[in-house]
Amino acid sequence: MEHKIWNPTMECMPREQLRALQDERLKDVVRRVYESVPFYRNKMQKMGLTLNDIHGVCDIELLPFTDKQDLRDHYPFGMFAVPQSEIIRIHASSGTTGKPTVVGYTSGDIDRWSEMMARGMYCADIGKNDIVQVAYGYGLFTGGLGAHYGAERVGASVIPISGGNTTRQLMILQDFGTTAICCTPSYALNLAEALQAEGIKKTKLKSGIFGAEPWTEAMRVKIEEMLDIDAINIYGLSEVMGPGVAVECMCKQGMHIWEDHFLPEVIDKNGKSLPFGERGDLTFTTLTKHGMPLLRYRTHDLCTLSDEPCECGRTHIRMGRVMGRTDDMLIIRGVNVFPSQIEHALLQVEGIVPQYMIVVERQGTLDTMEVQVELSPEFMSDTVRDVEALEQRIVNSIAAHALVHASVKLCQPGSIPRSEGKAKRVIDKRTL
Amino acid sequence: MYVKQISVFIENTAGRLADFTKALAESDIDLVSLSIADTTNFGILRGIVADYDKACKALTQKGYTVKLTDVLAVCVPDRPGGLAEILAKLAQKNIALEYLYSFVRNSGKNALIIIRVDKPEEAVKALEEAGVKMLSQDDVRAL
Repeated sequence: MEHKIWNPTMECMPREQLRALQDERLKDVVRRVYESVPFYRNKMQKMGLTLNDIHGVCDIELLPFTDKQDLRDHYPFGMFAVPQSEIIRIHASSGTTGKPTVVGYTSGDIDRWSEMMARGMYCADIGKNDIVQVAYGYGLFTGGLGAHYGAERVGASVIPISGGNTTRQLMILQDFGTTAICCTPSYALNLAEALQAEGIKKTKLKSGIFGAEPWTEAMRVKIEEMLDIDAINIYGLSEVMGPGVAVECMCKQGMHIWEDHFLPEVIDKNGKSLPFGERGDLTFTTLTKHGMPLLRYRTHDLCTLSDEPCECGRTHIRMGRVMGRTDDMLIIRGVNVFPSQIEHALLQVEGIVPQYMIVVERQGTLDTMEVQVELSPEFMSDTVRDVEALEQRIVNSIAAHALVHASVKLCQPGSIPRSEGKAKRVIDKRTL
Repeated sequence: MYVKQISVFIENTAGRLADFTKALAESDIDLVSLSIADTTNFGILRGIVADYDKACKALTQKGYTVKLTDVLAVCVPDRPGGLAEILAKLAQKNIALEYLYSFVRNSGKNALIIIRVDKPEEAVKALEEAGVKMLSQDDVRAL
């Protein structure tokens, strides 16, 4: 198989040369955050670290970790390493409480993001002759615009349709002759089933780039069969950049992490770096980001890394499928949701946090989230209207604070099981 | 001239109403009137009991969410048009009905109807002026 490679110089760079580049870039980013981000300067000073202590990648374990809570503590712009005048874009994702996690990009950052997504497009054999339907959400979420830049960079014709509205997706897919699609894997299955339901057997689709939620090889087989395409896995998170931090090539044996821009590590629960092949918490140091560079950012995604050479010719290491989380984050239709956000939303409505339980299921191909809430006596009413209005207020509050639609079911007090010790707040019935 | 109604939140799943009526029986509570407003997920059971304080305590203790509401217990002539006359009086005063339901028991020749309105004081005044008989909580106890 001939592999299409967007930037062979960087993507196929010999490993020693790539390491030397990483050494230089690591020193550069450490210097930038030390000079411009008080959070990092204070941390390093407390640890007794100076810029001279970091000679390259070999010293990565000396550097401090960054966690989502640190971004929360410096909300909204406290982690930015450049003046606001240099920031040309702001995205945000779910925070663990009511406030989102904010990221800022310089024009150089957007350019590098486009470049990396362009590599991803070529990985999925998408080029200037393709018509790409971007069915990720556009907006504060990085999915839509990230895929958009990459597809534009390779010269494809981009349809920025955004997420949802399956009927319209299918009409455009057929009428415009879409050849490639970007969306969540569960939505791809949903589209495939909708096509089948309408009796449409043949489309011009040849490949798809799917991510923003965990999926399995079994789902890949199903999507590839139903849509008759190559289904390519993509990984990213807004804190680190957005989609395109890592992408699979046509070998479909793990996602190449663009190591000229990111330094990945997998760490154990004590924060120790693990060797290739061992499972742990995936952690990134951004080497080239200027707006909001991060040192050793803990994604809390569990996976393995592999440095086995890849048949495609790219030299960058590969990460396996995300096998779970080391925290309690849920991914609902591609949206990251923390139980603490739901708790915050309930607090906003009721003034106290009632007993609640989050039940996640996959109905057909799409995730559903039901929040069961015990009805507090002060909200009891003799009319259905009042109680339904309370339900609706909770639905709205969850939509506002967790950016996800949940159905709300009010329950009798005492009906939600209490657990001894740490409260169990989530029942995830999805089987992947 | 109001009667206290108890409203109880009941989840709309099999067996919940059976559990509730069992709880009433165990607490020796007699419902003299009953209605249920239901939705897909839940129901609100509304009823009149002789001793609402006792009922409220017993049910709360058993984990139910209970609310007390003032409603009118109106004696309605048990003949065609009986209810229409009474509702017309309320409509004339622009008093809106939230809901109504009938008593299990009668009072002499009259049917008994529970009426929940948006403006209880005005409703009582309008009905008293029209000579409509209403029951008090004491009357309910004596039923």
